[in-house]
Amino acid sequence: MPMPDQNLTDNTMSSRREPVRSPEPVPLKLHVPEPAVRPGGKPDFSNIRIPRAGQVDRPNVDVDAEAIRDLAFSVIRVLNRDGEAVGPWAGALSESELLEGLRHMMTLRAFDARMQMAQRQGKTSFYMQHMGEEAVSCAFRKALLPGDMNFPTYRQAGLLIAGGYSLVEMACQIYSNTHDPLKGRQLPVMYSSREHGFFSISGNLATQYIQAVGWAMASAIKNDTKIAVAWIGDGATAESDFHAALVFASTYRAPVVLNIVNNQWAISTFQGIARGGSGTFAARGLGFGIPSLRVDGNDYLAVHAVAKWACERARRNLGPTLIEHVTYRVGAHSTSDDPAGYRPKTESDAWPLGDPVIRLKNHLIVRGAWSEERHKQTEAEILDTVISAQKEAESYGTLHSEQRPTARDMFEGVFAEMPPHLRRQRQEAGV
Amino acid sequence: MPRRTMIEAIRDAMDVMMSRDDDVVVFGEDVGYFGGVFRATQGLQAKYGTSRCFDTPISELGIVGIAVGMAAYGLKPCVEIQFADYMYPAYDQIVSEAARLRYRSNGQFTCPLVVRMPTGGGIFGGQTHSQSPEALFTHVCGIKTVVPSNPRDAKGLLISAIEDPDPVIFLEPKRLYNGPFDGHHDRPVTPWSKHDLGEVEDGHFAIPLGSAAIRRQGQAVTILAYGTMVHVAQTAAAEADIDAEIIDLRTLLPLDLDTIETSVKKTGRCVIVHEATLTSGFGAELCALVQTRCFYHLEAPIVRVAGWDTPYPHAQEWDYFPGPARIGRALIETLEA
Repeated sequence: MPMPDQNLTDNTMSSRREPVRSPEPVPLKLHVPEPAVRPGGKPDFSNIRIPRAGQVDRPNVDVDAEAIRDLAFSVIRVLNRDGEAVGPWAGALSESELLEGLRHMMTLRAFDARMQMAQRQGKTSFYMQHMGEEAVSCAFRKALLPGDMNFPTYRQAGLLIAGGYSLVEMACQIYSNTHDPLKGRQLPVMYSSREHGFFSISGNLATQYIQAVGWAMASAIKNDTKIAVAWIGDGATAESDFHAALVFASTYRAPVVLNIVNNQWAISTFQGIARGGSGTFAARGLGFGIPSLRVDGNDYLAVHAVAKWACERARRNLGPTLIEHVTYRVGAHSTSDDPAGYRPKTESDAWPLGDPVIRLKNHLIVRGAWSEERHKQTEAEILDTVISAQKEAESYGTLHSEQRPTARDMFEGVFAEMPPHLRRQRQEAGV
Repeated sequence: MPRRTMIEAIRDAMDVMMSRDDDVVVFGEDVGYFGGVFRATQGLQAKYGTSRCFDTPISELGIVGIAVGMAAYGLKPCVEIQFADYMYPAYDQIVSEAARLRYRSNGQFTCPLVVRMPTGGGIFGGQTHSQSPEALFTHVCGIKTVVPSNPRDAKGLLISAIEDPDPVIFLEPKRLYNGPFDGHHDRPVTPWSKHDLGEVEDGHFAIPLGSAAIRRQGQAVTILAYGTMVHVAQTAAAEADIDAEIIDLRTLLPLDLDTIETSVKKTGRCVIVHEATLTSGFGAELCALVQTRCFYHLEAPIVRVAGWDTPYPHAQEWDYFPGPARIGRALIETLEA
């Protein structure tokens, strides 16, 4: 997992623009950013600047946003190329916590693989996997306390797994079966669990980002101690809700952590389309006076350390923090997507931040707390657990089986009490 | 009994609910210190503090978006969009989020939210201070839509809306804020202090959502109206000397269909009046419902009197606004059919 220091300029930025000498107007040209490489080309991440692990300072949590501007342009990293945890952000987790974290990521990966297969087998209509992004949600979850609320996107199921949510319930939601906690009303992976601090997922991108700010404001209004965590992808930062969330979080100093998961891709669109001329997504926070950090999203230890720092700021009523998690979407966008149409097939192999599972595994081996044999054995154990959860879920039905939520369930829950027009429609439907 | 303008009644409703329930919070643009551009929140910040009543950045999606998050936490936000014409940036939050939260989470998260919006024309508000977008809400599953026509209803309905466990769009006809308006723009406006429905009791009282009010009993024709058009229709019927039964719908969804059905079956004729544009307006839904449920009792085609299918103009205000003359012609047409 070589991670050479790179210091190249971002090739999507217009840094070599010639000064205009002529007073005459020139024909204008539209600039449309393009990724460095397309299918058939050689993967190239030379535009991604990656500092050595341990290089970035760890400021005090009450720091001013302005004093740490450089953190929005760097990458906080703990694990170095030799698998050692180094620098000021290291040391926040015990060995047993790290072993637990590894297990969470492996569980999410195994669950993804099984559900991806279940979709191909026609047991459900749709699935979205997390391949390569497991550290982001799994590590972040461990920085939270009971009662805190995540406002996730559809790619943070690690929050549920690391939070102890039942795999059976997750699979039941995906299968829309009789035990689906959402009664078959929602598309697969649009989970919801108030109990596990996981806000109901919406298909409409970015809407939850501003809602998280409102939830955090409510907590502050009630002089509570709970905090909110907002999640968004790189592509969805272009939605207006992202901007509104930053304005409101800044204005009211809401106790919220604003996460951006930059996995380089929004379906087929490379991140430069959403980011435009700004150096990084984290840099967007600076204009709002929000302390903004970038973190190696494939480094479990770094994600956790940064999450803890930001959560502590929120808990101490110091206001919001913005975090850009730099990672790579290894899998297809969804089961309805084929990335071979827009990016090189081997691009994920060339991703300089490696694989989050392998990196944590190597770190634990270096620490003498883990071995290849134990890893293989655990992998098999986890697979068994996931398969048995899947089997149990399937015993309650899959999408096209006879066992599914009733048509009567369809009419419930639109309102707290069913109004007359819906009662008439339910009657008409004969349920 | 105390007399109140509609603005005072609305403010009083929020005051009552804020004092009864610590979870009620009020916010929007210019709502805090200044008390709102229409004075609907005057004094609330001073009385309840800045954490209960506050100003927001100018972002409608932000206002509704934070309100959805607060409601999910357990608060009861009662927020203001300065003009209904400016609700469009918040439409995604209303339609995709507030309206669906209970359904999609199977009740784990709910959205007890009220969005107040001044609506309607008749004030030379031009294109962006006059719109009546109620049909854009009644078409959405999961939200309730309320339009009061007088101070007493405004208070009682707003209290019900704040107490309601689901999101409610509360459209306030701004033309009625200071007095009833019958469409005769060339005559002096009477204040609410001279109107029976300007009598608004103190303290807590609720008018249930989903119940219409019969403003005038009659035998010849049923008029379905809401908001400002209730007053215009009353005047139109009186001037045409027609024994109309006038129903003030008050809540568009849920709709009090029983009251409508009983009336139309009695009169055999129906005229529907609204300020909003005609095509796919809420009148179309009313027309369809009446036609389906009262077909064998109808003695004439149902007539709709509405705003023209144009953006709301400025100079042509009174050519656009469905005034008593237009409604009167429709009533005669229906009776002669």
